[in-house]
Amino acid sequence: MSAQLNPTGCPKKAPAIMKSGTALLLLTMLSLIIASFWTLGLKWGDFLSMEAFRSMGRFIAEFFPMETDSEFLVKVGWGTVETLAMSLMGTALAAVAGLALAIPASKLHSSDKGLMRTPTRWVLNALRSIPELVWAALLLISAGLGPFAGTLALAFHTTGVLGRLFAESIENAPPEPADALRTQGIGNLRVFYFTTLPQVIPQLMSYTLYRWENNIRAAAILGVVGAGGLGQLLSFHMGLFQMGKTATILAAMLLLVAIVDSMSYHLRRRMTR
Amino acid sequence: MSSLPVHNPRFDVPLRDPAWHQRMFWIVFSIVLVWPLAVATEFRPGVLFEPENMRISAEFIGSFFPPVLEPDLLWRIVGATWTTVAIATAGMVMALTIAFPLTILSTRVLSISAISGRMNTLPFVVRQAIRWVLIFLRSIPELVWALVFVRVVGLGPTAGVLAIALTYGGMLGKVYGEILESGETTPTETLLRNGSGRMQAFFYGLLPQNVMELTSYTVYRWECAIRSSVVLGFVGAGGLGQELDNSMKMFNGGEVSTMLIVFILLVALADAVSAFFRKRLV
Repeated sequence: MSAQLNPTGCPKKAPAIMKSGTALLLLTMLSLIIASFWTLGLKWGDFLSMEAFRSMGRFIAEFFPMETDSEFLVKVGWGTVETLAMSLMGTALAAVAGLALAIPASKLHSSDKGLMRTPTRWVLNALRSIPELVWAALLLISAGLGPFAGTLALAFHTTGVLGRLFAESIENAPPEPADALRTQGIGNLRVFYFTTLPQVIPQLMSYTLYRWENNIRAAAILGVVGAGGLGQLLSFHMGLFQMGKTATILAAMLLLVAIVDSMSYHLRRRMTR
Repeated sequence: MSSLPVHNPRFDVPLRDPAWHQRMFWIVFSIVLVWPLAVATEFRPGVLFEPENMRISAEFIGSFFPPVLEPDLLWRIVGATWTTVAIATAGMVMALTIAFPLTILSTRVLSISAISGRMNTLPFVVRQAIRWVLIFLRSIPELVWALVFVRVVGLGPTAGVLAIALTYGGMLGKVYGEILESGETTPTETLLRNGSGRMQAFFYGLLPQNVMELTSYTVYRWECAIRSSVVLGFVGAGGLGQELDNSMKMFNGGEVSTMLIVFILLVALADAVSAFFRKRLV
């Protein structure tokens, strides 16, 4: 006995467009969005009115002409060098610290109890979830104004990020070479140094380079809280409403990021080819 | 048969590190490289251990414990946390409204002239121009946009929402374009070849194919936006960041530690929610 079909041959009930769970999910998203706009009380008038556009226009017009005084350009050049140095130093410190923390944060072999694994991962998570800028604001108190605080801030946050990634690569490395040395009775540290590390080092390098790229961007703005580099110049001159100088600093930032972007793009292309 | 310890001359060779030269080279090289960097970043760890600094730091860190748990402060933090989430959410919605039309206008897949040979000059120029706009929007960090908008619309969440909208609009526009162009384009192309309009081809060909990936990326970005909206508070865009900045300036360690704990929990929660959404979607 075949099922009764209606004349068009379609099942009577239209198929559900989506699962009820998905619908609930979308409903949650929608209510979150509505609640957000509702409670923030955005001043739409302040940025959509004619008056706002005019004041915005005036504000942008003040950026020009850009300051091109050679003395100031040298200052901006130094700011750029400082930004680059902060990012390099911060990333290098983080790579070292990240590796040092990644070892206790991973199970080195199958009979390793990994007692320190969970606590170390908690530390790494805490380091990672506090953004660079918040670290910088905190560290200003001990390290004083200037690029040193910024470098340390980058190092703290990046240690969290790299430590976790490094631990993951160490745990995923093929265990056979390490086991071969371990059965000879060689200590854990030497086993790690002569088998696991050489296996994972290309991956660690690529993670570190990727973070360096991120950190250049971060270093450029850290100075807004007083931690050196281009950001410090930016907030200083913007605070004094010297818009021409602000425009020059912004241009330097954009240029720096653009150069780094295109360099990494070409490097990646050459490495994947 | 007794096994006497036999002297084996093979083990008399002194232990030698085969990679010694290489190692020394890298150590010297990095010292030479690190020295100028340390100078440029005014890297003086000694500063941290000067008695005066040690005293201040110890006092500040000491005041972290115990975290302040007064109901007054907790309510303020709850409010600020919600503001932070709301800024990120509203910013993302506005970023979407910026990115969506720009993506449709700039994607190569919806070009009719590009189906057969080269794209015509005018559409090519328009698409390229839109790409440049997107690059400009995302090259300026959201913190800098926020600094600018704080001066135009004043202190408060509006500046934060606008900052996230512009930077994330640029990012979403770029990545949406990449997602649309990397997928299977045959159905869209077929629709266009058979005379359907661009919007028809988009809604019936391109969008259904990629909607999951697009949504999943958007949710991931929302998670990032929550993190940046905290940071935006430091330049006066309201929310948890601003409260944190105020407490730090007053050296109130107890309040700072409460807020940091809340912030870490918030990030973990956003992480979990976003992972859950993305798993449901894919």
